[in-house]
Amino acid sequence: MSFAQIVQYTFSGITVGSIYAITAVCFNIIYNCTGIINFAQGEFLIIGAMTAISLSHVVPLPLAIVGAVAVTTVIGGLIEIVFIRRVSDASILRLIVITIGLSIVMREGMLHIWDEKVRSLPYFTGSAITTVSILGAHISPQVLWVLGVSAVIVTALTLFFRLTTTGRAMRACADNRMAARLCGINDRWMVTLSFMLSAGIGALAGCVISPVTQTQYDMGAPLAIKGFTVAILGGLGNSMAAVVAGLFLGLLEAFVVSQFAAAYKEVVAIAVLLLILIFRPSGLFARRDVTALRTA
Amino acid sequence: MMRARIYYPVLAGFLLVVGLHLVLQAAGVTYYMTQLTMSAYYGLVVIGLCLLMGYAGQLSLGHAGFFAIGGYTSAVLTTCNLSSHSGNALIARLHGIGVLVQWQDIYGDQMLSFCPWVAFGAALLLTAAIALVIGLPVIRLKGHYMAMATLGFGLIIYRIVLGTRVFGQADGLSNVPPFPLIGPLEVNGRAPWRVQNYYIAWIAVLVAMVLALNLIHSRVGRALRSIHENEEAAHSLGINTYRYKLATFVLSALFAAVGGVLMTHYNGSIGPSEAAVMKSVRYVAVVAVGGMANLWGVLLMGVLLNFLSLRGVFGTFDDAVFGTILIGVMLFAPGGLLRMPRLQAISSLLRRRSHG
Repeated sequence: MSFAQIVQYTFSGITVGSIYAITAVCFNIIYNCTGIINFAQGEFLIIGAMTAISLSHVVPLPLAIVGAVAVTTVIGGLIEIVFIRRVSDASILRLIVITIGLSIVMREGMLHIWDEKVRSLPYFTGSAITTVSILGAHISPQVLWVLGVSAVIVTALTLFFRLTTTGRAMRACADNRMAARLCGINDRWMVTLSFMLSAGIGALAGCVISPVTQTQYDMGAPLAIKGFTVAILGGLGNSMAAVVAGLFLGLLEAFVVSQFAAAYKEVVAIAVLLLILIFRPSGLFARRDVTALRTA
Repeated sequence: MMRARIYYPVLAGFLLVVGLHLVLQAAGVTYYMTQLTMSAYYGLVVIGLCLLMGYAGQLSLGHAGFFAIGGYTSAVLTTCNLSSHSGNALIARLHGIGVLVQWQDIYGDQMLSFCPWVAFGAALLLTAAIALVIGLPVIRLKGHYMAMATLGFGLIIYRIVLGTRVFGQADGLSNVPPFPLIGPLEVNGRAPWRVQNYYIAWIAVLVAMVLALNLIHSRVGRALRSIHENEEAAHSLGINTYRYKLATFVLSALFAAVGGVLMTHYNGSIGPSEAAVMKSVRYVAVVAVGGMANLWGVLLMGVLLNFLSLRGVFGTFDDAVFGTILIGVMLFAPGGLLRMPRLQAISSLLRRRSHG
């Protein structure tokens, strides 16, 4: 493989990798607040992208994306209020099954609204054939958009959780819900907010990646599985580690595709997931004492 | 006396099967029996999954994978053509002892493939081996981790089936020969064998029910239920929770594989959609609607929903119906439809009347 090819594969790896990372961060936002893994997370990305594609026919692109993010955020909030809130004291088995059911219904809903055609948003700058030369490789400007938006999302989230009162309140809920409630934090609203946040961020991620990977109604589930793989790799709940893990998985997939048939791309990602689950269920970056607590 | 009582419903089930046959015959819709036969084979899967989910309390989102492993193994072995190697001494010997059989496919070609019984055995052995290898680590996981791991396993099987030439890729494998059982009985999906196969499938289901009932009313069943209720407490009573869960996992995989093998011979084909994750989710939905730890409820719901789905009643909303069922049941009736509060009130009312 020539140097330019390596650069090319690296860029394509970190592009999808950063989307996996964002998905994993969304998983973590909800997991930290509620202890639920939202199996419908992948669908948020696709709903966001699909809504933006439809809106982009009537309004300019930036407005379409803002609209799509808003719509998906509302959907995320509604899902929490209508379905999750009702069973807040249920067993994990029940909650898993509910979010799986939600993902199916959302996917089938999209099939009936947008049919099974593969669509995509237009490139944010330039077109499908515009390229930027970096180190001898030809990179689509959309790749830079994906990387830039991902970086902004992660930074903004970090600042939100560290500096704002609402963000701190959410962290308090994650840490100890009862204590947070005693401090006067409305914990129910924080849970709803966590769903809205991860739906909105998911929608934005779905929009930026749409020109590169295209969008189809049933692409949510594979994305969710990879996002989960990444979340586990980094250690569930640890968003910074998830970013590193996301880039790692993206790179791994890119180089697997360069060597093996593309049909087996997913097998590799899932094999990584199984291996991690078997050997280090608390993630690659977890400290040993934390590991002991989690597996106990 | 108490032990015999648990099998009375099996007898009632058999009478119901016969009664249904007579009703369908009288109504002139015997073609419904084809879908009922297929639902019965899916019924085998949900009985196994019911043991795992309802009694051992472990969620598996990969049971379509085990169904597919069973079906595909049998399909590959019974449709491979070794006749070009018939000069080989080993092949000749295998042919001599009946492991290989000569048959004619629908195009009239001479085929030399493994006998369905051998393929059946191989399918079960392979499934048990894979379930054991997967189960060893996965059973140790809890909640989300177990769900995702089994989901991942199911996806890998789906991808392998879809990407490998031996398994026919997207087309699947067709031209699978019928499965001769004893005497004139054979698992065969063509119209003249319809009634016969209806009974074969249902007897298979009832046998599976007897096995499952036997299991849950034994020491093992009680141990499993104690694990479901409170794993630590069960552990402290000296129950080897890990071994019980693992054994149930392998057993339920075998139930799925038997369903897969029989279904493949019945349909004469198997395709990658049988391995799809959505199939696994459906099995889970059926077990949830049936009431988790309620074998008869799960079987009833499994047959009903699969029958309606196979008849195409749900149209393009097929998957959506199963998704909605999952959400609805888990939200409003986590004990299953048959145990909804209102229904329970009615049934207790009836019981009181009959006593009074």
